[in-house]
Amino acid sequence: MRRVETTTRPVRRSGRTGRVPVALLAPAVLGLLFLVLPLAGLLARTPWNTLPQRLTAPGVLTALRLSVQTATLATLLCLVLGVPLAWLLARVEFPGRRLVRALVTVPLVLPPVVGGVALLLVFGRRGVVGGWLDATFGITLPFTTAGVVLAEAFVAMPFLVVAVEGALRSADVRYEEAAATLGAGRWTTFTHVTLPLVGPGIAAGAVLCWARALGEFGATITFAGNFPGRTQTMPLAVYLALETDPQAAIVLSLVLLAVSVAILASLRDRWVGT
Amino acid sequence: MLDARLVVDRGSFRLDVALRIHPGEVVALLGPNGAGKTTALRALAGLTRLHAGHVTLAGRDLDRPGERRWTPTERRPIGVVFQDHLLFPHLTALENVAFGPRRRGLDRRRARAVAADWLDRMGLAAQARLKPRQLSGGQAQRVALARALAVEPALLLLDEPLAALDARTRLEVRAELQRHLAAHPGATLLVTHDPLDALVLADRLVVVEEGRVVQEGDAAGVTARPRTDYVARLVGLNLYRGHADGHTVLVGDGLPLTVAEPLHGDAFVAFPPSAVTLHPHQPARNPHNTWPATVTGVQRHGDHLRVQLVGPVEVAADVTPAAAAHLRLAPGQPLWVAVRVDETRSYPAGIDERRSTSPPVTRQGRQEP
Repeated sequence: MRRVETTTRPVRRSGRTGRVPVALLAPAVLGLLFLVLPLAGLLARTPWNTLPQRLTAPGVLTALRLSVQTATLATLLCLVLGVPLAWLLARVEFPGRRLVRALVTVPLVLPPVVGGVALLLVFGRRGVVGGWLDATFGITLPFTTAGVVLAEAFVAMPFLVVAVEGALRSADVRYEEAAATLGAGRWTTFTHVTLPLVGPGIAAGAVLCWARALGEFGATITFAGNFPGRTQTMPLAVYLALETDPQAAIVLSLVLLAVSVAILASLRDRWVGT
Repeated sequence: MLDARLVVDRGSFRLDVALRIHPGEVVALLGPNGAGKTTALRALAGLTRLHAGHVTLAGRDLDRPGERRWTPTERRPIGVVFQDHLLFPHLTALENVAFGPRRRGLDRRRARAVAADWLDRMGLAAQARLKPRQLSGGQAQRVALARALAVEPALLLLDEPLAALDARTRLEVRAELQRHLAAHPGATLLVTHDPLDALVLADRLVVVEEGRVVQEGDAAGVTARPRTDYVARLVGLNLYRGHADGHTVLVGDGLPLTVAEPLHGDAFVAFPPSAVTLHPHQPARNPHNTWPATVTGVQRHGDHLRVQLVGPVEVAADVTPAAAAHLRLAPGQPLWVAVRVDETRSYPAGIDERRSTSPPVTRQGRQEP
């Protein structure tokens, strides 16, 4: 007989006890090693004694600052556009909703380079929107910092939309109905009830979105190029450094790894639970 | 005044009920699960669309699908108390109550003053700054009531307001609810499946089954003269429908029941389980209202036992533990049933007489204007 736990959490069953079959255990361990070894290798090869100098080298800080800035701006752009989009998908019945939902997730599976090419075709100087922007406002997007933000937002937005839509779907709509019975219109309900209720979901989505934007490479290098100080973000700097100064590439990679782990830790603690 | 006919189609289910509630009147919509009570409430609130009919409140047409007239929920002069209170978890009790007044145009300071006043009336002034999860179930439901009343609704809708509470809390909240409903100047509709809530809180009962009104009237009338098995079970009566000819009503497959009040035509006969006595042999002295039956179940019911029996008709009988011991009651046991004539009630079963009122009993409750 198992003793009944007195915690409020449901007792988790650990499945059947007994031996784990080797046919499952071996690939599982191999898979784990495959995921962990490269990271360990990165740590092992890190030039720890010259780390401080390398970290403060001007190129590194510039790339890091640019990365953080563009990823943050891209996340803000995704929030402004993505949260309403998620709301629309979760709360409004309209024809073609399934199609729209599928379209939103396309950048998730699309190779980022293809995304960059597509962005060039639309926002490039000769693109449909880009040409108009250039002629009307004199705004050029490709190969600028704004272009980086755009490329990152394009690739990262689905992460936010999917996360926020999920949060909205699991939120109890009856709170919104209660708000309506108290005289709140849809906008007021959204700002005063829905947003606070799904706040954690939005925050989680924003962190995922930010992490994805920070690591963006393919679309950025295609659409915005690789100009130090202007469009050269950390991943681009890593790639470039690998050809000229592998030690620098390792340091840059280490920084990105540290940021990723920090994000993961913050996500687990606050929003993902357990 | 609320005047409504609510028609909602939902696949094979169709709700079609008419409701009229005067200002100050409390009407209970009573019925089993799935009868359409909550659908009716949601339709009045504008949370579910009507397919036909109308909702007119205080002279304003809120909803009339025939004329494509429709008022969204947020512009209806209503207040709703939900079963599981649905207080906004990110707001304090005070902010929850102030939410409605704020949406209806009061500035922040005045909305909070109104909310504080309502919480005070509920005896919850000390809990004003607490979040809903810090409140007990009864406190949360009282805050929910304050939140609904704070907008001074012309129509207050209560959806099973006591169902989520434990028995002891329910008793307290029910008493308090009664006080506040009596003071509420607007119309009130209480949706419940608990007959006690309906009897204590409402001036008038409307019983719905399968989307239709099967009976309506004041508490005394409905309980004295049930018209469906559901209502009979709620009020604990044996109920039969049959054909009456004077003092004899033929029920079931021709079982003659002798009744105290003579009548003719389609009729109901009702009597309490306490009017039924059980005997090991056919009672010799009084041949009226006796028939052989078989025990199917025995349950504890207060300080006596309730015995279920089948025979020409099903019947429930209340016996004392002593009598039960004497009869050695057991399922499958054959017995004789006898029903005391003077405890039977008989009344016409005409389809147009769903309204039951009880002339001899003075009803408690407010005067309708």
